[in-house]
Amino acid sequence: MTYPTTTQPSASRTSLFRETRRYALFVLLALMVVGFWYAQPAFIRSTNLFSILQAVSVVAILGVGVSITMAADGFDLSVGSIAASSVMAASYAMVVWQLDAAQTIVLVLLMGAFIGLVNGLLIVRVGVPDLLATLATMFLLAGLQLIPTGGRSITAGMVLPDGSSVPGAYDPAFLILGRSRLFDTIPLSVVVMAIVAVLAWFLMERTRWGRVFYAIGGNETAAHLAGAATKRYRLWAYILSGTLASLGGLIVASRVGRGDVSAGNSLLLDAVAASLIGYAVLDKRRPHVIGTVVGAIFVGVLLNGLTMLNAPYYTQDFVKGVVLVGALALTFGLGKKR
Amino acid sequence: MPPAPSAIAVSVNGIEKSFGPTRALAGADLAVAPGEVVALMGANGAGKSTLVKILSGSYTPDAGTITLGGNIVTFASPSAAKAAGIATVHQATDQAGAAGLTVAENLLLDELCGRSGHFLVSAASIRRRARAVAALIDLDLPLDRDFIDLRPAERQLIAIARAVAAKASVLILDEPTSSLSTTEAERLFAIIRRLRAGGMAILYISHRLGDLAAIADRAVVMRGGRIVGAFTRPIDFPAAVAAMIGRTLEAATHDSKASTAPIIASIRRARLVAGAEPFDLDLRSGEVVAITGTLGSGKSRLLRALFGLETLAQGGFVLDGKPWLSSGPAQSIESGVFMVAEDRWQSSLLPPEVPGASIAGTIALPHLKRWFPSGLLRTARERKVAADAISRLGIKARGPDDTLDELSGGNQQKVVLARWQAAPCRLLLLDEPFQGVDVGARADLIAAIRNSQSGSATLIATSDTEEALEAADRILVMRNHTLYEAGDGHGSLTDQIGKVESDKAGDNR
Repeated sequence: MTYPTTTQPSASRTSLFRETRRYALFVLLALMVVGFWYAQPAFIRSTNLFSILQAVSVVAILGVGVSITMAADGFDLSVGSIAASSVMAASYAMVVWQLDAAQTIVLVLLMGAFIGLVNGLLIVRVGVPDLLATLATMFLLAGLQLIPTGGRSITAGMVLPDGSSVPGAYDPAFLILGRSRLFDTIPLSVVVMAIVAVLAWFLMERTRWGRVFYAIGGNETAAHLAGAATKRYRLWAYILSGTLASLGGLIVASRVGRGDVSAGNSLLLDAVAASLIGYAVLDKRRPHVIGTVVGAIFVGVLLNGLTMLNAPYYTQDFVKGVVLVGALALTFGLGKKR
Repeated sequence: MPPAPSAIAVSVNGIEKSFGPTRALAGADLAVAPGEVVALMGANGAGKSTLVKILSGSYTPDAGTITLGGNIVTFASPSAAKAAGIATVHQATDQAGAAGLTVAENLLLDELCGRSGHFLVSAASIRRRARAVAALIDLDLPLDRDFIDLRPAERQLIAIARAVAAKASVLILDEPTSSLSTTEAERLFAIIRRLRAGGMAILYISHRLGDLAAIADRAVVMRGGRIVGAFTRPIDFPAAVAAMIGRTLEAATHDSKASTAPIIASIRRARLVAGAEPFDLDLRSGEVVAITGTLGSGKSRLLRALFGLETLAQGGFVLDGKPWLSSGPAQSIESGVFMVAEDRWQSSLLPPEVPGASIAGTIALPHLKRWFPSGLLRTARERKVAADAISRLGIKARGPDDTLDELSGGNQQKVVLARWQAAPCRLLLLDEPFQGVDVGARADLIAAIRNSQSGSATLIATSDTEEALEAADRILVMRNHTLYEAGDGHGSLTDQIGKVESDKAGDNR
């Protein structure tokens, strides 16, 4: 395990190459914006740009959770299901239990944290590998969310499996989260995304707790021998991830205004893709918050622009795949130290 | 019969290799004859690793030639070098085999992965053929053990057995004894002598002078990417070391200090494992105590028990007059009991892409809570501690932000030591602290360990008696999970350790 001292990359050519790779995704993003603007002038309107951000806000929030678990050498496959369950839980709370917006939000966030805790306990205490544990929770939740309503979407006035008609409806205050705009321009969900991103960035990059999360991901034995409570940290990573996923679910619920059983179908893969594309941002080669948000925005801009140019919707997953492959190749393949 | 010494099995001429502006090799010439063991000596960064990687096909040289058996050859890949008959046993033992496969399967790995292997393999035939490979070097490992459960030394033996089984004409051993105990090293030397008698050309890279004295026919010294000296038997090691590090090295001898200093930590009637003899040990303030002993004798276990990673079968510890039973690393570190575990890449260091993998971050990791109670990192603080450590320990680095993979082994180990010297210490536990560290850096490390010994005790576990002699005031030998005093007179110490070791051979298995 010795690394020769002779491989220090310090040539100016190497550093130029490194700098290029650091900002490659930003440069591509700028080129893309200019390109779409040229092809379709309506693209650059602030309403469109904010609608892109609004569209990616949920994916970005989920992606931040995923990247926190990945930083601690874990993986949360259940974020999509947690978000979807949160949509159903929020609707059920308001429509069936007639809770108000504040109660619903607290309840759903607690539910997300609890699911994260269960994930964490399965992984840390029981010893189930992270991918398998969260895969199991993913299935469990995907099924569980259908049971209370007999597999139907939740709307005001719907009929429950026991034949009774539901008494409540969505609290109008709840819809503010997904539908209102700050100063009539910035969608509230974008503000929420920004707050989550700043807080998570601060936690992961500027505090000792973030340092320990990454240390555990880099070498768990070393972190443990250095006195870190590695199990507690890993538990917290899943709790944070679960809570953020349920926050994403709340935004979806308040945007669609009903408990849609098919909500959040593609959220997991989009969130994971955003985190992985983020590896290439600033050439960090690791999960990080800024990268995840930029990754989500990158995909959002690309899809929005292509849609404006009348690319058919079914090409979307293909486009995401191409971006992901390119970003991962950029991160891991090019510029390997040799 | 050994062939004529004029014949050359492998040689390199005028090899050059640069990485960016760094010139790793600046025209290296080296030749090894069949039936000859050539020791390649050099401080970290001298170019040994690069030369080995060129010979083993991992790197292609910028200039110069490799001649193998009279023909000029170029290797496109490590497997090409292997096919041509150059087998390399690397220091990194986790690459010596495949985890998840048994010892038997690993011994036959080249055959199983090669094209000539049989399509169908039965467990019985694997065991039979693996036994034959193991017999080549008298390897007595359980054949059905998983590779992942093997200790570094055992993994290395598998790598050597594989190289021998591949009928290589040239064998390169990179730091082969760095994780072996004395007995195992002796066994390795016996194997090397046998291979030498069989006409194999052996290039032996080691920091350990004791090894080289025992085995080398010729020593070649590298510095700054060139060969700066060659010494034939009898090898003048002081001169070789001087050529290697560019200065002379004082032999470290320590007066056994008056043992009146207050006792910091004690071990009372401790049984490491059920059935082992109980033992006592007092560690005094300012004292450096070394425990030597073979692999698996219980040295690491004792250190790990003190650090709270394992429990004693019986008995207990006393720290500063109070009973000491740690629940784990966090509590130990809080109480000033620090441990540098063996294998720094596995136990202490972070991969370079992770934040906190810099020298500053590596030193700060265990101290984050105390240094930044609010949680907010102030990098100025950790960078200052790192800058102090760099100048105090003579760490060769550009600055506190260098990541550890950019440093040589000795400098990496200095960073790990600096980590634990960055906080007030009661008891410092060092498990094989000189693994993969050259003589010059080892002297620096020992000086740093000894100079910081005001008011704390140090316990070193090492399987190398030479290291123990250099570093410690007092040396104990561990055998069958029990400690024995090895006396204090330096002259007789090696003899006494040898005696305890040979006793072990008598009554253990």
